[in-house]
Amino acid sequence: MSLIAAENIHKDYKTGEVTVKALKGLNFAIAPASFVSFVGPSGSGKTTLLNLIGCLDKPTEGKLTVADTDVLHLSRKQSASFRGNNIGFIFQDFNLIPVLTVYENIEYPLLMVQSAPAAERKKRVTALLDAVGMIAQKDKYPDQISGGQKQRVAVARALVTNPKLVLADEPTANLDHKTAYMVIELMKKMRDEFGTTFIFSTHDQKIVGEAEIIYVLEDGELKGKEVKGGKNNG
Amino acid sequence: MGNLFKIAIRNLLRYKRRTLLTASLITVGVVFVLVFISVSGSFKNMMIGQITDSMMGHLQVHRKGYVASIENLPLNLNLKSSAVTRLENILNKQQEITAYSPRIKFGGMFSNFVETTNIRLNGIYPDKELKTVPLLASRIIEGKKNLEKGGIWIPELLAKGMKVKVGDTIVVVATNKDGSVNGKQFIVAGVLESATGPGGRDGYVHIDDAIEVLRMEDIEISEVAIRLRDFGKLNAFSKKMDSLLSEELNQQDKPVFELHTWEKLSPFYNIARMIDVMTFFIKLMLIAIVLISIMNVMVMAVYERIREIGTIAAIGTLPGKILNMFVIEGFCLGIAGAVIGNIVGIALILILNASKITFNFGQQQGLILQANVTPANIAAISITVIIVSIIASLQPALKASRMEPIKALRHV
Ligand SMILES: Nc1ncnc2c1ncn2[C@@H]1O[C@H](COP(=O)(O)OP(=O)(O)O)[C@@H](O)[C@H]1O
Ligand SMILES: [Mg+2]
Repeated sequence: MSLIAAENIHKDYKTGEVTVKALKGLNFAIAPASFVSFVGPSGSGKTTLLNLIGCLDKPTEGKLTVADTDVLHLSRKQSASFRGNNIGFIFQDFNLIPVLTVYENIEYPLLMVQSAPAAERKKRVTALLDAVGMIAQKDKYPDQISGGQKQRVAVARALVTNPKLVLADEPTANLDHKTAYMVIELMKKMRDEFGTTFIFSTHDQKIVGEAEIIYVLEDGELKGKEVKGGKNNG
Repeated sequence: MGNLFKIAIRNLLRYKRRTLLTASLITVGVVFVLVFISVSGSFKNMMIGQITDSMMGHLQVHRKGYVASIENLPLNLNLKSSAVTRLENILNKQQEITAYSPRIKFGGMFSNFVETTNIRLNGIYPDKELKTVPLLASRIIEGKKNLEKGGIWIPELLAKGMKVKVGDTIVVVATNKDGSVNGKQFIVAGVLESATGPGGRDGYVHIDDAIEVLRMEDIEISEVAIRLRDFGKLNAFSKKMDSLLSEELNQQDKPVFELHTWEKLSPFYNIARMIDVMTFFIKLMLIAIVLISIMNVMVMAVYERIREIGTIAAIGTLPGKILNMFVIEGFCLGIAGAVIGNIVGIALILILNASKITFNFGQQQGLILQANVTPANIAAISITVIIVSIIASLQPALKASRMEPIKALRHV
């Protein structure tokens, strides 16, 4: 059973008279615990696709199932709950909450989205701080740490609720190559440790090599799929 | 909930200068309203106190129709002794009344044997009168504070104009209700400081002397002034008395009495009302200040944090929680303004009181300003500010909670 199933996915953007066909009939399936990358040049539709998978937007046409849920028919509030319970997000600009410390940023989804009890929160946050190697910085604010460290915190925040799926739209675009590589390695390590499916998009060929399944996206169409081994190459 | 407050307060502290500016604006508004309310309120109370306690009493009972022609002091509209007895029977039973004073009011001629002038006089039972209008005694600037038969208290202006002093003999001549004229010699027992308001330039004689001058066969009373234990209960008591007195009918089945509160008898009631209206508008101004300043700050806060809103919404924060986050921020700002405003306002009022600022009211000179704030005032102002803060942040907060996460995330 696949975690994500996309059948003939279309997405059109209408701006006034003009309609942009951002996605033109995509079909794919992603198995649990995969480490997947969507690669393509700017404007190829990566963000659009990740937004659809992440329940932030709805396809114009087609069928999309994420974690056994037909996401097409979710209401605004249902979508929010679905995201909060099943999906972690990592952003290109890190998007940490500036008024919260590293610890509080990681705790945020447990506290404000899932309302988890205090003891569990403490256990989970400490475990993830340790896993991403940020224990020493836990009381710092986002503007006191480096970009690479911010993205590690973001990885921890995305994983703290133990989601089935983590989506990362160009997570390394704002990082230097070495740091980018380390963040991708961290994501892979987390996949190994927690069995979470990771999907990230990138246009950086050097980073792409780290993915186990690579989909090539061009002009809103899937132009290829490369499987490089790994445990789950469904 | 505690976490929402934590986030709100940290966000407020993030833009320290702006928060400080807005909070100070609200503070200034609160201070202004607080000081205005307490100063104008105490001025009003003092003014009312001067009028009611130095001549009018809190309420007055007359024979039906008397007040309509009160300027003429109509002797033919006095209460007959049987009516007075009926009235006193009722008044004696009222727990709320601390004292009442029957008066015979009449106009006459005042002569120092050289010159003659007009005078308005009250025939009183001195002990009853002094209990009903306790400030009367303090208006006696020369002479004795008790009035015996044969003595007269005359107003200051008359004493000056007619060049009479305490101890001088003068003559009062009056026309009674049948039109016959009678005169009587009095010794000036005291000189009264003038007071602002109706009756503030009247003279006083003993009621027995008034009966004698007016050649009344049986006692007739023009008015009965009433003093209540608790001035705050004036309206409730006035209603109750109204219904009690309306049951007292004459042979023609018409009511015998009419009851008026000081408000109906004194033009100063309008000044008191004006102070209330002004207070109302000043409160409205405070509401506008709070509304505009908080709305402004919150609109800016939402605009600056669109990407943050997008992030927390994407992560799965429910719209209601995002709404709360921003409303609580406005709420905290309102509370800060209200608390600081109240503290500064109270401090200012204490300083005002300590500096013993004096002012004049009509003929009364050098009254000391004694502003006081009641806990009810503080509570009302604080609650108003807080509720207005919440209302002001509601619109920006709603906007934040309804944002599409992808649009918000794309925002630069
Ligand atoms: N909100 C939008 N409105 C209109 N057109 C859009 C919108 N978002 C994306 N597009 C268009 O859709 C196409 C795919 O964009 P996007 O998914 O952002 O690509 P990528 O992330 O690969 O750069 C582009 O042509 C882009 O201009
Ligand atoms: Mg993109």
